[in-house]
Formats: sequence, C-alpha cells, structure tokens
Amino acid sequence: MTRECALLLPGVCAALAHPRQPCLDDTCLEKLLDWFRSLTWFDPTVELVQDNPCLTELITSVLALPEPSPSILSFTLQLAGILASSESRFQHLQQEKLLGRLFGQEGPRGGAVWEEASVRSAWVKGVHSMLHHQPALHFLCSTGGMDVIFTLQGDPSLFVASAASQLLVHVLTFSLESETSKPLSTKDCDWPACAQMIIKHIEESLQSSSASHIEQALKLLTSLFGSCFGSCYAAWTEVLWLHIAKQIESFLLEENVQAQPVLANLLLNVARSPVFGGTEGSFWALVTSALEHLTPVQAGPLAVGLLKLCKCPQDVSIQALTVLLQPMDCILRAASQPLEYAGLLDESVSDPVTVESLLSSKTSCAGLLCQTLAHLEKLLSLKHLRVDLPCVSLLRSLMTILQFCNGFLSPASPLGSTISRNLINCFRVQKSALDVLAVLSEKKGCDTLIGSLFDVLLAYLQSPNTSPTVLKKTFQATSKWLVRLQELSCSNSQWQQMEKILEDVFLVLQKRLCSPCWEVRDSSLEFLTAMVKCLREQKEFRQCLLSSEVLRLTESLLEDPESYVRASAVTAVGHLAFITCFAPESPVTGSQYNKENTIAKFQEILSTDSEGFPRRAVINIFTKWLREGCTGQLEDTEQFVSRVIQTVEHDLDWEVRLGGLELVEVFCRQTICQLSQCPYAPVSSAVTNSTPQNELLQVFCRAKLFGFLFRSLCDCDKPVGQTACDVLIGLRGHFYPMSTLENPQEIEDSPAGRGIAWLQRTLRQGSVAQNFPTDGGDGVDFQDPESMMLALGAIDLLELHDELNKSSDHVEESPQSLLQDILATVGTIEDNEADCY
Amino acid sequence: FFQYCLSGHPTLPCNVLKFKSTTIMLDCGLDMTSTLNFLPLPLVQSPRLSKLPGWVLKDGSTFLDKELKECSGHVFVDSVPEFCLPETELLDLSTVDVILISNYHCMMALPYITEYTGFTGTVYATEPTVQIGRLLMEELVNSIERVPKAQSASMWKNKEVQRLLPAPLKDAVEVSMWRKCYTMPEVNAALSKIQLVGYSQKIELFGAVQVTPLSSGYALGSSNWIIQSHYEKVSYVSGSSLLTTHPQPMDQASLKNSDVLILTGLTQIPTANPDGMVGEFCSNLAMTVRNGGNVLVPCYPSGVIYDLLECLYQYIDSAGLSNVPFYFISPVANSSLEFSQIFAEWLCHNKQTKVYLPEPPFPHAELIQTNKLKHYPSIHGDFSNDFKQPCVVFTGHPSLRFGDVVHFMELWGKSSLNTVIFTEPDFSYLDALAPYQPLAMKCVYCPIDTRLNFIQVSKLLKEVQPLHVVCPEQYTQPPPTQSHRTDLMVDCQPPAMSYRRAEVLTLPYKRRYEKIEIMPDVS
Repeated sequence: MTRECALLLPGVCAALAHPRQPCLDDTCLEKLLDWFRSLTWFDPTVELVQDNPCLTELITSVLALPEPSPSILSFTLQLAGILASSESRFQHLQQEKLLGRLFGQEGPRGGAVWEEASVRSAWVKGVHSMLHHQPALHFLCSTGGMDVIFTLQGDPSLFVASAASQLLVHVLTFSLESETSKPLSTKDCDWPACAQMIIKHIEESLQSSSASHIEQALKLLTSLFGSCFGSCYAAWTEVLWLHIAKQIESFLLEENVQAQPVLANLLLNVARSPVFGGTEGSFWALVTSALEHLTPVQAGPLAVGLLKLCKCPQDVSIQALTVLLQPMDCILRAASQPLEYAGLLDESVSDPVTVESLLSSKTSCAGLLCQTLAHLEKLLSLKHLRVDLPCVSLLRSLMTILQFCNGFLSPASPLGSTISRNLINCFRVQKSALDVLAVLSEKKGCDTLIGSLFDVLLAYLQSPNTSPTVLKKTFQATSKWLVRLQELSCSNSQWQQMEKILEDVFLVLQKRLCSPCWEVRDSSLEFLTAMVKCLREQKEFRQCLLSSEVLRLTESLLEDPESYVRASAVTAVGHLAFITCFAPESPVTGSQYNKENTIAKFQEILSTDSEGFPRRAVINIFTKWLREGCTGQLEDTEQFVSRVIQTVEHDLDWEVRLGGLELVEVFCRQTICQLSQCPYAPVSSAVTNSTPQNELLQVFCRAKLFGFLFRSLCDCDKPVGQTACDVLIGLRGHFYPMSTLENPQEIEDSPAGRGIAWLQRTLRQGSVAQNFPTDGGDGVDFQDPESMMLALGAIDLLELHDELNKSSDHVEESPQSLLQDILATVGTIEDNEADCY
Repeated sequence: FFQYCLSGHPTLPCNVLKFKSTTIMLDCGLDMTSTLNFLPLPLVQSPRLSKLPGWVLKDGSTFLDKELKECSGHVFVDSVPEFCLPETELLDLSTVDVILISNYHCMMALPYITEYTGFTGTVYATEPTVQIGRLLMEELVNSIERVPKAQSASMWKNKEVQRLLPAPLKDAVEVSMWRKCYTMPEVNAALSKIQLVGYSQKIELFGAVQVTPLSSGYALGSSNWIIQSHYEKVSYVSGSSLLTTHPQPMDQASLKNSDVLILTGLTQIPTANPDGMVGEFCSNLAMTVRNGGNVLVPCYPSGVIYDLLECLYQYIDSAGLSNVPFYFISPVANSSLEFSQIFAEWLCHNKQTKVYLPEPPFPHAELIQTNKLKHYPSIHGDFSNDFKQPCVVFTGHPSLRFGDVVHFMELWGKSSLNTVIFTEPDFSYLDALAPYQPLAMKCVYCPIDTRLNFIQVSKLLKEVQPLHVVCPEQYTQPPPTQSHRTDLMVDCQPPAMSYRRAEVLTLPYKRRYEKIEIMPDVS
C-alpha cells in the first residue's frame, strides 16, 4: 500500500462506518474489495491489519451499529473474509473477536438482516475468501457454518445458491487436499471430518425423495468434477465416484425425470477427469447407458462432449455419434422410399421411436433439429475427430431438411408429411442447416451429390420467400461449395457443370443486387466479394462474371442510399478491380470504371461520403491494392499514398485514420524493401549518407508521411496514436538499427533543433495538444529529410509507446483515486448537510 | 339454415343464406377466367391476330374456322369475351331480400343479378366499395365496348360440338351460362340499388336478423359481415388481410362466439409471401429498366397498385430509377388515384394521421406532382405525345384479353429487353400469355395476394373459436399441384364443412331458442 493510500484509508473507513453512511454506489465498494484482494493476494503477513488499525476499527464499528445497512454489512463480511485469508491475519482478527461475530452464530445469520440476499451472498463470499488455511476450516465446522451452507444451497436467490454450491466444492477440495497425507480409501473413517460431512450430505440428498435436493446434489457433483485444475486430478474423486455411481445409475434406469436433465453434464465432467482415463470399468458402461436412456435433447451435449474426448472408448464414441445422427437418419428415412438410400445408421443399432415422436411434434421438431445441427457443425469444425462422419448421407439429409423447409419435397411416408408440415418456412432450421452445409464443403467425398446440392441452393437463392437472413446463409454456403466445385472441375476437367451453375448464380445475383431490401443487396455484394476472392483466377468464373450484368449493377450500388451497401459495394468493386483493372488482359468493356476512374471514384467517396462505413471500406481496399502491388510504379504509388494521406488525416472517423496508418505502414515496408539494396540487412550506422537511406527519407517526406504519423501520435483516439507510434518505431529501427539516441547537445545545436524540441514538448502533451501544425508551423519541417531523421532519433518513441499503452483511465482507476472519490462523496454530503443547517 | 352455393370460385364467392325467413345473398363475384378462352381485343388492327388460322377438326371439318382460331397450339374463340355468371337456376333470385357486398372485387356480377332476375331487394356495401366497384365496372365496360367486334361466336357452345374441341375449351363448364359484358346503364341501375353502410353499423332486416359490416383489412372499404339474431350468429369472412397495407386493419374480435363461420376469399397463392413478391417485383423492374427495357404491369386500376406505387416511391431513388417514367393507363386512372386520397376514414391509422397534417395519405400524389408518375385514360391522345422509353406501364386488364394492355403486349412482346410482370393473382399467367406466343419478352410472375393464408386462418380460428366452419371445398384439401402440402388447407376442429358450386348446404346448426313476445291480452 502506498503512503498516500495509507493516509487516506482511515478517513474512508471512518466514513464507511458512520451510522449515516454515504450512499456510495456498489461499484465503489466492489473496487475497494478488489483492491484489498490485490493487497492480500501475495502478502500473507499481518502487517496490513497491524499497520492499518482502521480496518479492524471499521469492522468493529459496523458490528456495533444497531441496524447496519445491508450494503455496508455485506462489504464488511467480504472485507473480513479477504483479510482472514492468511492464517496470521485470521489469528489477529480472532484475537479481536471479530470473526465469530461476523460468521459465527452470533453474527447476522439469525437476524432480520439475513433476509437480504446480498448479506447471505456476502457471508458465503466472505467464508470462501477465508477458507485457505486449517484454522479457518476448523472455525467454520465448529461454528455450525456447514449447516448454514447446506441450507443456502436451496436459497431462493440463485446467486446465493450457486455461490453456496461453489463454496461446498471448495471446502471439500480444501479439506481433502490439506487434511490428508495418504491416499484415501472408500472407508468413511479415512476421510477428514469436514469432507465426511459433505459426502454424507450429498449421499442423503441423492437418496432424498425431494427433486430439488437431488438436483442440488447433482449440480454440486457436476461443479466438483468440473473444477478441472484442482480436484479432478486427485484420486479421491474416483473414491467419491464409487460412492455415488450406483445411485446415478439408478436415476438413469428408473428414468428419474427430475434428475436426468443434470445427469448429462455430470457424466461429461466425470468423463473429462483424467482419473477415468482407462477404457475399462463400469463408468463407460454407465455413460453408454446414459446415451441410451436420456432423451435425444438431453443426450446431445453429452454426445458432443464425448466425441471431443481423446480417451473416450471407440464403442462409446460410436454410440455418441449415433445419438447425434439419429434425427438426421430419421429425416432421411422419412423422406425417401424404403431402401432408396442406405440411411445414416444401421437400423439394428438405433431405436428411432423417441426421435420420430420428437420430430412429429410441432413444438419439439425445430428445437431438436437445431440442436443436432449445431452439434454437428461443431464436430465438423474440429480438425481431428476420432470417428468417421458419414458425410455423404449427412449431406443428403441436410438437403432433405432444406427441401422440407421450403416445401419443395414431396415426402414418401406419413412421418415425412408430418415433419414436412412442421418444418415449412422454419427459418431457424434453415439457418442451422445452411451453417452445417457450409462446413461440410470442406469434407471430401460428397462430390457425387454436388449437382443436386446446387439445385437446392439455387432454389433458395431464387425463391422470393427466402428471408434475408436465410439468404445470407445460403450465399455463404454457396460460395464455399463453389470453391469445392472449382476444385472438382480442376481435377476432372469437367467445366460444363461449373459454367452452368455459375451462369445460374450470376443470374440470380443480378436480381438480388436490385432488391429493395438493403440487407439483401448487402449480402449479395458480400457474396460477390467472397466469390471474387476465391475464384478470380478461374477463367470460367471471369467469363461468366464479365458476360453478366453484375459488374454494372455493382458499380451502380456505389451510389446506394444505404451506407452499409455502399461500403460493401466499395469492397466488391475493389476486389472486382483485380479482374477488370489490374489483370494483364485488356480492360473490360461495359464497365464505366477503368483503373483511373475507379481510384478517382473511391477518392471521391473517401473525401465526400457522409458515412464512415464506405470511407473505411475505401481505405481498406486501397491498402489491399497496395499490398498486392496494384498501384503501379513507385512514383505513382508515392503520389497515390500522399493523396490518400491528405484526405484521411482529417477524417472524423478514427477507423478511417487508422486505416490510413495501415496504408502508410504497408507503403513504408514496401518502399524500404524496394529501395534497400539488401532488404533484410539493416543499415550499418546510425547516421548514414548512403543513397538508399536518403532516397527513402525523401520519398517518405514527399509523400507527407511524417506529418501524418507525428500528428497521429497526438490523436484523441488511442488506437490511432498506438499504430502511428508502432510505425515510427519501425522506421526508427530501420534508420537507427542500433537504437542509439542522438546526442541531445548535437540536436540542440543543429538547425532543426528548435523544431525538434517543440515537437518533443508537443508530443508530451499527447491528445490534449492543441493546434498541431499541418505544415511545419512552429519550426519543424515534416518534409525535410534531415529534420525527420533527427526527430526519429531524438524522440523517445518507446516511452511514448508505453504511455499510449496505458489505459486511458489509469489515473482514475488507481486505488488512491478511488479513496479520494469516496472521501469526496462523503465531503459533498457533509457540505450539503451544512447547507441545510 | 341453408346455404345455396352459386359460385365455384373460392375468391369470387356468391352464396345465398336462408336464415330465419330472410334470404341473404353474400357477394356476387364474377368469374372472369372464362375470358382466357377468347382472343384478345386489340385497340389497333393487329396483323398477327387477324392472320391466325382457323381451327380445323381432326377429320378436316372447317365449320368452326370462323369462330375458333389457333395460336401456337392453343385454340381461342374469336368473339367478344364472355363471363361465367353465378348459378341462376338453383333458386329463384327474385326472392333474395338483400345482397351484402364484401369488397369491390366481389360485386362484379351485380348487374347480372339485379337487372336480369327480378331482384327487388336492397344491396348493402360501404362507400369505397361502391365507388371503386363502379370504377372497375366502368373500366371493364369501356375496354370491351370501345373495340366492337362484328361477329359473335355461339356454335362452339353446342354440347355436341364442345366435346370435339381441344382442352381447355372442351372442359369449360356451364358455357351456356356465359354472358357478354353488361352495359353502363345496367351498371348505373344496379348501383342505384345499393345502400351505403359504415363499419359496425347495425342494419335490421325485417326485425328478424341484424347484419353488421366489419373491417376486413383487405381493400379500401372491404368488409366481413356478421349476421345474427337473438340466439344465433353467423360470421361471413370474405377477402380479409392481417398485413399492414393501406386499409383499416381487420376487426377480429367481433367474429368471436360465432355459431357458424363461412370462410371464403383466402389467398390464391398461399406459397407466395407478399413481401417477397414485392421484392421480386422491384428487382425485376429495376433489372429490366437498367438494361434499357420496358416493364408492363397488367393490373386492376385499384387495390395492390396503391401499395406497389408506394413501394416504388421508396425504391426508385435508391435504385437509380428517378428518370424512368411510370405510366398508369386506364379510363378510370385519374378517378382511382384521387378516390384513394379522399377515403381517409377507411384507411389504416398511419395514413389517417397524414390526412390531419394535412398531407395526402398515399405518396403517389408526390409521384404525380414530380412528374414521375403520369396517368392517362388511354393510349390515344396525350399519352402518345408524352411516351418515352424505357418506361414502366401499369394498365389493365390482367387477363390480357382486353384493355390497353393488349396494345403493349403486341408492341413490346417481340423484344427480350422488355418484361411483363404479373402481380394480380386472379389469372394463370401462362394461360393469359397463350395468345401472344411465341413471345420474346421476359415474363415474371409475382402474384401479390394479401388475403389470409392458411397459417393466419389457423390462428384466426383459434382466436375466434367458431362452433362450425364452412368453406369452399378447395380449402379442405391441399392444392392439386402440391398434394404433399398438407399445410395448405384449413385445419380446424371439428373439420370444416365444404361446399361446391350448385350445392345446397344445410348449415350444421340447430336452433334451440326463439325470442317471442306475448301480447298482454293473450297472457
């Protein structure tokens, strides 16, 4: 604790303990507690309480209040818990007889204030903080604290109940890990008393006839096995599991409806524990039983979790996969004639009755499918999956779902008719199915169905009934499958299919670009950009694109009234330019924008568009062009960058200015590479007269880079300043590879010395600097290579960097400031009271 | 309780309800799909149509070649188009006491009923229904009368001859009942029998029955009807919509506690979401115009066109179509656009609010003011001077058999740059296009039908919980072309009772109570 804080603390404690305690907001008190946590975290000594007697005085004063407010009592309980977290401070507080009055029977436990959930919550938190040493544990057990915690598990406040459950986990773990020195056996007498008490409580709860007690016990066990870093590695968890496994099994076999929803999470947490690493034993049999007995909705999360586990036995993984594939299989069977397709699962393995009944119900059908599809999407996104997913059948099932949803499929069975009726126009299922479809494009082996798949996708793209959000997902899936189709066409040289599909895609894209709904126009442009990114090298793609109206329509959307659409149009036109302007072939006819016109149009948007999004899009595209070397020779690029800088440096949108700095960074890197004879070797001395270095400086000065960079250091938006600083540090690293600063005297003596000194002073003011000159102003010439060389060497950019990286409220966030704020609040109240009198 | 079902068309209903000694006709829709069997009526001489070969029987007989013409494998009647009337033989229509009209599309057969059957009762309808219904009738009469056809074909209707004809003429039903269009004096006479009513207004019929119109949310002034006595309540739901478009929203609450709910006029295209279709319409329109082509939108002069113009008002600037002229051509175009702006009390809340600002409720006023939308009574006169291409033309009739649309089909059909976009769901677009084949212009089908779909009906029935539902047989089974779509049918308990044309139905309700008054001297 700093001296200043130590001086302020007594005043604060006195204010808090005052009977008419000021109305401090809860965040103030929380911040204060956070500060004490940080003070005690690495310091177990008693000095904090000894050197600051005001803390114990505060606790004593609050306890002496006839009717303390719930908020100050809650604060005091938590503060005491934090202070008592080390044994020495615990003893100190015990000597003062404070802990018993707070956490013991004579504390608030029995009083009226206990009705307040915040007080109960604070009591639990206080105990939790305190329980890091044996005396605290003994104190808790001897003062009847355990029974209080057991009761609080069923507290009407969910926060209190959850905190009590977490506390029990902590107590059990701490008790077992601190009080035992030899491996535990299943015999109860070997366990510490406190642990035995908790285990007995769990067992009694599990055997209780009360559903809420069973649920509490299962949630407690779930937390216990889920706290991975501590307890689950200990052997005692296995012993504990043996205690309760039979009971858990009985819940499954008896199909205890209340218990089952919580069982999946419990079993998953146990399965994740390394203690159950072996493939033998009854545990996995229990998991298999759970997969069979839980409803598909309950078993889904368990199945996904198991499939992600490396150590899960193969037969359990297959069972888990069966759970996930069953709804998809059911869809496939319901839609097709018997024996038409193989289905996803062997019928003898699965019992489809439950799934069929869920899919037949209007209320559960969409929910089950969305959950299943979300799980499958997760699994398909995994790099390594230990079981093989039947991708072809899965794709067929997805296509069936999508056709059910738009009413295009005539089902062959009564079940199919019911499912179809449940799914028609169900956007949720459509979106989930399209998400999985997009991920499935990365899997091999689905190529035989690609033609039918595009029929489904095109039907969605063409249908006026497709909602804008579903359309967006359809576009995303289509772009991914187009890439797959292109790979396929490359490998078998069958381009007719690709051409036909592309023609259809561009036809529908034309229409969608003219949609009156801006979301549709926007996602159409994003789709176009995605296609250009992936397929621009493909001759067939370019031909289809150029023979369609898409180019012209996209360009016309640069004038769209909706700014998001204009931004997307900028991005699309920017990417299309790689085909229309920057490609070695002759310029495209039919497009009003050649390279010069496009740049001019974008410059116009950058300087005149009233919305930020299109301007951000322009600067991003400019940077992309520059990265890909599309801006021409160095002289052209220099002028281009210079023009852009002059446009963006006064932009009101900080993201545009940041984009400008990124452009500058790319330009610097490229120019350095281009002009340095050996791009990877830094120059040999700090001050060099070698031609490439001078030339570099001259290029940067002509492009007006330095003015923009130094001015950005004082930008009111911090990311801009940070980026500018990074770029300048990079430049200094190039020009001053040894990181040696210039001799201050040498700088002062130089002709530019005054200007540099002014710059240093200005930069120290940071974002509050006023009137940063645009053209040299008070003496620093940002276009003078020599001055800039000196500035780079003289200004302590690393210090600036540290300064900029501090959070903007670092001053306000300090403990001292917090304490001053509290005192100021008290002062204000006192002043007001004085006025009243 | 009896229901006489005079129409087989679920969205153009005509039912007669015998209820407590009153005879009430519910709507009198006119099935115009019969006109699809006729050749179009061109406004200017069409060499192509006049050169079509006469149809020859398989045995070489040519006796029908003056009446029937062949075009791209289809056979058409070369005569003035005729319409299929509701059944007139099932009961004596002169006994009908009142006719309740739901919306302007469901009153197109009114002159045939009021002027030809000895009807002496009263017709009840809201003011917008009458005014816009008049416009539709006027346009219909005008479109047919201004292209007089010298010949009239009737030989083909002979039953012996008809069975020799190719489909669909062979299968056309009740051809002997088909009639030529009525005249304007007949229209005026029919409309003079209408008594105007307002929403929720209770109308007593002979002290026995009370009828009340409720807002149905489908069109300006469109209504559902409650027909009730002291102990019985029948709801008649026809052409309703729950979407937020220009009309007042649907009044669902008043339909509760019905003993019988007669359900007609559901969407004809249950798989087409109106929002998606509007998007499709705009996209195709923009694509065509940007490519230098013209867009033709065959439509009625009122209804969905208001919503389309509103969508285009928001869309044209964003789509860069500000310089493209939009033309609305109809003998009643001007009246339709103006009427829409004055029926403030029949509009949805948002549009009503605008009137108090004061601003025109529909933005097409601004389109007209800025010259983006121009309207003309016909292609002759000012239009030919102002006409610029590429452009977008809204004109009738959606059957493509008469009206100015015939001219544009002939004019633009040869170029693949042009597009015809079908937005009205009443006619099969392929049948409508048949006499124009071969056709180079693009055809887009975007039927916009805002009437209730089956999901909405299911919710509505759950909400209002009628004891019995009665509906056309088409609603009790999936559409013939999509037999697997069991979601596209009315699903309720007990199952709906269905009816078909020319059927008499005993409504599934038994009267158990009757209110009587005993004179003091009798008691």
